[in-house]
Amino acid sequence: MELFINQVLAGISTGAIYACMALAIVMIFQAIDHLNFAQGEMAMFATFIAWQLMQWGVPYWWAFLLTLAISFAGGVIIERLLFKPLAKAPILTNVAGFIALFAIINSVAGLIWDFTIKQFPTPFGSSPFLGSQLISTHQAGMIGVTLALLIALFLFFRFTRIGLAMRAAAAMPESARLVGINTGWMVALGWGMASAIGAIAGILIAPVVFLEPNMMGGVLIYGFAAAVLGGLTSPLGSVIGGFLVGIFENLVGTYIPGVGNELKLPIALALIVIVLVVKPTGLMGHTVVKRV
Amino acid sequence: MSVLLSVHDLRAYYGQVQALHGLSFDLNEGSMTTLLGANGAGKTTTLRAICNMVRSTGAIQFEGKPLNGKSTENIVRLGIAHVPQGRGTFTTLTVEENLQLGAISRKDIKAISGDIERMYAHFPVLKQRHTQQAGTLSGGEQQMLAVARALMLRPRLMLLDEPSFGLAPLIVRDLFNILGKINREDKVSILVVEQNAQLALEIADKAYVIETGRIVMSGNAKEIANDESVRKSYLGY
Repeated sequence: MELFINQVLAGISTGAIYACMALAIVMIFQAIDHLNFAQGEMAMFATFIAWQLMQWGVPYWWAFLLTLAISFAGGVIIERLLFKPLAKAPILTNVAGFIALFAIINSVAGLIWDFTIKQFPTPFGSSPFLGSQLISTHQAGMIGVTLALLIALFLFFRFTRIGLAMRAAAAMPESARLVGINTGWMVALGWGMASAIGAIAGILIAPVVFLEPNMMGGVLIYGFAAAVLGGLTSPLGSVIGGFLVGIFENLVGTYIPGVGNELKLPIALALIVIVLVVKPTGLMGHTVVKRV
Repeated sequence: MSVLLSVHDLRAYYGQVQALHGLSFDLNEGSMTTLLGANGAGKTTTLRAICNMVRSTGAIQFEGKPLNGKSTENIVRLGIAHVPQGRGTFTTLTVEENLQLGAISRKDIKAISGDIERMYAHFPVLKQRHTQQAGTLSGGEQQMLAVARALMLRPRLMLLDEPSFGLAPLIVRDLFNILGKINREDKVSILVVEQNAQLALEIADKAYVIETGRIVMSGNAKEIANDESVRKSYLGY
């Protein structure tokens, strides 16, 4: 029983990271109807920026905030330069754009910071959380930050004018323009926020997986699985999906013989396929009806 | 009376197809003007061209300033509220959020909640349903919401595309009475496109008749309504 609880708690804490990635994926999906394959690489690059700032002696939380600001600006710039011109292009052109972005960011990170793994600090420490052997303070911190982020996003979208404008622009772009919303900038803002959310995920997971240019590869797949499971149209669903995928991954790895750590990733892919076949809208997504 | 909106030699295109062939008309400050014509005559295209939602050439001036080249959202911000065909309702958002969105480009944030209350006074049914998803409203209620949302901009000019479409006759009559009231009391100029010519001519002061992308008739709404030959050849009643 203790093993079970242990694995569930560990699943929840890695699930927090998947939840962040899924949230970032959903933000961009809502804005432009495409999955950003480069989301993980953007998060990795942001984590390197945070690491570099700390190497230069910037204190942890200042580096954290500065990295979020840089990531936000970076997301906006990427949208303006690369994806705004592709807005009316076919899906495959966009996919090619995402893959190009993936490759470029990955190589540039390798060029600047090389491919050796680096230690990344945690502000929460790694002692047992509240004296419990089940969960460390860093894991608890990951969960706490994710929940705080979710609440902040909920408040932003629910109670601010700009959040309302972003929701309107995502739901009905033409009507949004007719009430005077600049939908192009709302998309850019979505990219900026997604990029900053990804940076949070990267910074939180880096102490666990260590920092290197390929650190987000697996995490992104789980993020996709979480987003699909929760429903690509629901931010809350994507977070719940993240936690569920984290728990599921750990339990399967522990209890099903032969799976172990090596076969966990195919499980995530299988999960994506199963959800898409059985319930394509995910747990909390809604069916998107389009007039053709 | 000064001219609020002037359209000169407007030509609009959908891809290679030309939909408007040099259409010109004026709308006076404070007036309620109607564009009439059969299906496919170019009424909707005219409204869409004013808001730069379709490729067009020609001169469009609002308060003496050219609109050409401005983006849709910037044209709206000048005070032109457009209620499109299909009403443009944000169906997944609540009634109140729809009203807030109508005022989203305004800078006087403090005055917005007062305006929402005024809309609830105009349209009491919207107050009863203010937390409901707008997509769950009936057709008539959605049209009321669309008009209220447009008014939340505090527009100088309101463009209405077939407000009577799909509504029961009694509700249409209600709606047009409210439009007349808004026009008189709130001093909002209105350009309304209608297929229900009889009703539109009753409340409008000026009318233009469009056929295949050209203005074929214009004049005082009463005169056009009383001219039997015009009614028979263009308006079909």
